[in-house]
Amino acid sequence: MKKLLLLVLFVTVTLVTYAGGYRVSVQGQRAMAMGHTGVAVVNSAELVFFNPAGLVYLENKLNVSVGASGIFSDVIFQNSDLGISSETDSSVGTPLNLYGSYKVNDWMAIGLGVYTPYGSEVVWPTDWAGSHLVNNIELAAIYIQPVVSFKLSDYFSIGGGPIFVTGSVNFNRNANRTLTDIDGNRSNITVDDSGVTNWGWSIGAMFNPTENFRLGFNYRSEIILEAEGGEAVFSNFPNSSSSAIPSNGTTTFDAELPLPAELTVGLSYQFHEKWLFAFDYNRQFWDVYESLDIQFGNGSTSLNPRNYKNSSVYRFGLQYEATSKISLRAGYYIDESPVQSGFFAPETPRNDSQGFSGGLSFAITPKLAIDASFFYLRFEEIDESYDFASDGSSFGGTYKTSAFAPGLGLTYKL
Amino acid sequence: MKMKNNIKYLAILVVGLVACEPEFDNPIDETDVYTSGDADFSNFVALGNSLTAGFADNALYITGQENSYPNILSQQFALAGGGDFTQPLMADNVGGFAGQNATFPPRLVLAFDAEGNPSPQLFTGRQSTTDITAKLDGSFNNMGIPGARVYHLGFPGYGTLNPYFGRFSSETNATVIGDAAAQNPTFFSLWIGNNDILGYATSGGTGMDHNETGNIDPATYAGNDITNNNVFGSVYSELVTALTANGAEGVLLNLPDVTSIPFFTTVPYNPIPLDAQTALGTNIAYAAYNGGIQQALQALGQTGLFTAQEAAARTINFTEGQNAVVILDENLTDLGAINPAFAMLPKLRQATADDLLVLTSSAVIGTLANPSDPSSVIGVGVPLEDQWVLTPDEQEVIENARTFYNTTIESLATANGLAFFDIASVLRQAANEGIPFNGGVIRSTFATGGGFSLDGVHPTPRAHALVANGIINVIERTYGANLPSVDPGDFDTITLSDEVN
Repeated sequence: MKKLLLLVLFVTVTLVTYAGGYRVSVQGQRAMAMGHTGVAVVNSAELVFFNPAGLVYLENKLNVSVGASGIFSDVIFQNSDLGISSETDSSVGTPLNLYGSYKVNDWMAIGLGVYTPYGSEVVWPTDWAGSHLVNNIELAAIYIQPVVSFKLSDYFSIGGGPIFVTGSVNFNRNANRTLTDIDGNRSNITVDDSGVTNWGWSIGAMFNPTENFRLGFNYRSEIILEAEGGEAVFSNFPNSSSSAIPSNGTTTFDAELPLPAELTVGLSYQFHEKWLFAFDYNRQFWDVYESLDIQFGNGSTSLNPRNYKNSSVYRFGLQYEATSKISLRAGYYIDESPVQSGFFAPETPRNDSQGFSGGLSFAITPKLAIDASFFYLRFEEIDESYDFASDGSSFGGTYKTSAFAPGLGLTYKL
Repeated sequence: MKMKNNIKYLAILVVGLVACEPEFDNPIDETDVYTSGDADFSNFVALGNSLTAGFADNALYITGQENSYPNILSQQFALAGGGDFTQPLMADNVGGFAGQNATFPPRLVLAFDAEGNPSPQLFTGRQSTTDITAKLDGSFNNMGIPGARVYHLGFPGYGTLNPYFGRFSSETNATVIGDAAAQNPTFFSLWIGNNDILGYATSGGTGMDHNETGNIDPATYAGNDITNNNVFGSVYSELVTALTANGAEGVLLNLPDVTSIPFFTTVPYNPIPLDAQTALGTNIAYAAYNGGIQQALQALGQTGLFTAQEAAARTINFTEGQNAVVILDENLTDLGAINPAFAMLPKLRQATADDLLVLTSSAVIGTLANPSDPSSVIGVGVPLEDQWVLTPDEQEVIENARTFYNTTIESLATANGLAFFDIASVLRQAANEGIPFNGGVIRSTFATGGGFSLDGVHPTPRAHALVANGIINVIERTYGANLPSVDPGDFDTITLSDEVN
C-alpha cells in the first residue's frame, strides 16, 4: 500500500491544470486530478460546474464538495539583444470551489456552486522593461450558480442554471515607455474596481448509452464584466497643462472584460470495475476578447488590441479505485493558448502548454473523503512580442512560464 | 517508521516544487552570452565635456547624468565583466548651482502657456541646491566636464576655473587627464574637442579663429575662439598617450558638424512677416541706404573693390510675406575705408538661406531696440548683430577646423589600435533623413525631434542611447566583444513642466 502511495506521489509530482488566457481551470479537486475532465463523470457535486445534468445520477441524496488550490506560477523573461531579464514575483492564486447538490426526488436534483474560473495575478518588477504594458495585474471573478438537473430517462438528463458573477480588477502600468515627472519618476496609472457584476447561464446534457459509458455536453455562456465608474489613479505625470498630459490624481474609468463562453463535450468509460477513463474537449470562445479599451474620466483613453482567437483544450483522465477507501487519479491535457503571435502581452503571458495532474481521495468514513490534487503546467520557452503598443513599438523577448498547484478538498455525501 | 515515510514524501514534494521553477535554455545572466573580447571593462573611465557628463537642457542634473552615454555603456559593460561606474552626481534634478543661477542657471523645461503654446523656460519649481564649493569624496568614472575644451583636460588647476571639475578634482592643481590616469582605467572613452569650435559657433562667430591668427598659446584663448589645429593635434595626442600608458583599450569619438544642431537650424533666415504696406514703408526707410550702395557701385564697380554681386546682396528689399532679417556682416567690404564718402554705409545685408541664425536670436528678432521707437524693430529697422548670425564665411572656418580635428582623432585611433566611433555621420543622418528605432524616428528638429534637449545643443537621453549603441558597435568590431545594445525608445527626450515663472 505504501509503495503504491509513493508511486502515486511520484506520478503526481511529475505530472498536473490551468488554461489559456486568464481562464483558471481548477474547478474541482477530483476533476483536477484527472486532467480537469468531468463533463461525463458522475462522481461528486463538482458536476454543478462540469455538467449539472449529471447531478441527478449521483447516488446519494446530499453531496457536498469543497476545495481550494494554491497556484504557484512564475514567468521569466529575457531579451538577449538588450541584455535585459525579469521575473514575476511568484504569485499564489487560491481558486476555491464549493458545490452542493440535493436530490429532491428520483428525477430531479438541485444544486449550488461557488467557483472562480477566471482570474490572473501577475506582478512584474515595477518599472521593468515592459512596464508600459503592465507592472502588475490582479483579476478575479467569482461565479455563484444555482442549478437544477432533470432525469428524462435512465439514458438522458439535462441540467443548467443562471450564473451570477462578481468580479474585481486591479491593474497598474506606466503611461508609456518614457514619460516621467521632473525627478524621473515614471508616470503610471492604476485602475481598481470591485463588485462588478453580471449574469450568465450554463446548460448541460448527459447521455448514458450503457451502464459503463457516458457522454456529456456542457455550455457556459459568455459574460462581459463592465466596469463603470471604477477608480483610476494617475501618478507621477509631469506638472504640465499640455493637452497630451493628464493630471495627477483620482478619476474614474470604464472598461469591459469578457469572460468567454466555453463549450465542453466529453465521455467517460468504466472499462474495468476499478478503472474509469474520461475525455473532455473544451472549446473556449476567446475571440470575444478583441481589445482591452479603457476610457478614463479625465478624457484619456487606453486602447490595447488583444485579438484573441478561439482555443481548444484536450483533456484525458484516469481513475483507479485502489481500495474501498482510496481512489487514485491521474490526468493529462493539451492546452492551446488563445493569444496570437504578435499579441503576446506580458499581462497574460500564456503560450500553449501541457498539463499533468494527479491526486487521490481517501475515505475517512463512508460519508467523508479527503481529496487531494496536484497539477503541473509545462510551457516551452517562447520568443514572442506584443507589437501593438500605442507608440507603435514592439516589446518582446523570450518568455517561459511554469505553474503548479497543489489542492485539497473534502467530499461529503449522505 | 511512519515518520520516516512522511519525510520521504516531503522530500519528493520539495524536489517536485524545485523542478517547477522556470528556467531558460540559455539564460543571459548565467552563460557567456556577453563577452568583452580583447577589451577589459573592469574599470571604465569616460573623459570628455558636457556631452559625456550628461549635461542637457542647459544644465547638469541627476537624471541627465544617469542617462549619459557613459553610464548607459557601463550598464551594458556590467554584463561582460564591467565594474561599478561612479558619477559626480549633482544634488538635484533642477540643475545649476545654489545661489549661482546668474552663471549656472537651472534646467530648461517645456512649458505650456494659457493658450497652449509650448516654449522652453527655466524651471523654477524648486531652487538649485548643489553647493558650488562642496567637494565630493573620491574619484569618479565619469570625468565629463561641461565646458571643457581639449587643452583644458591637461590644464593644471582647471578645477579652480571650472566648478564642474572643481567639485571632485583630487587637488587644486590637478588636471583632468591626471585624475583620470590615476584611476588606472582598463578601458576609456574620449570625446573631446566639440567646445573648441562650438563656442565660436554659438557666439555667431564673434571670437577669433586661431588658425587664422596663428596663436598657439591656449592660455590666451577666449571662450568663443577656435582652437588652433596644431594645438588640438598635439594636446589630443598627449591625452591618448596618457590614457593608453598602462595598456588600456578605449574608444575615440569624432566631432559632429555643429551647424546641423537645432541651435543653428531652428530660427529661419526669413522670420519677418510683413504686409504690403509695412514692406513699402520699410523700403522707403532703406531707400537712402540702397541709393548709397548704388552710388558706391557706380564709383567702385570698375575698381573691382566692390562688385555688382555684393551690391545686390547689400540691397535691402522687403516684400509682402516672409522676409529675411537685416544683419550686420563683418565680412562685407568696408566701403568707408575705400572712400570716406561711403563711411555712412554700414555692412548691412539681408540674410539668405545660407546664414544660420542662432536659437537665442528668436528672443531678439522682432523686438524693439529702442522701446520708444516703433521703427527700431530688430531684424527690420535695426540690423541683427554679428553674435546672432553664423554667416557662410564663419561656417567655413568652423568646418575647416573640424575636418582637421576629426582627421587627427581618427588617425590617432588607428595608430593606437583603439576603437573609433564616427558620431558625426550619425548626427548627419539624424539631421537629414532621421534615425529609426523601435517605435519612432530620432530627428534633429528642435524640441520635437527627440534627439536634442531644450538648449538645442545637448543630446536627449534617447540620443545618448544612440551614442552608446554606436560605441558598443565599434567596440564589438575592434575588440571582438559581444555586448547587448539598448532600445533608444526606452529613453526619454524632453521634460514638460509648467513650474516656470
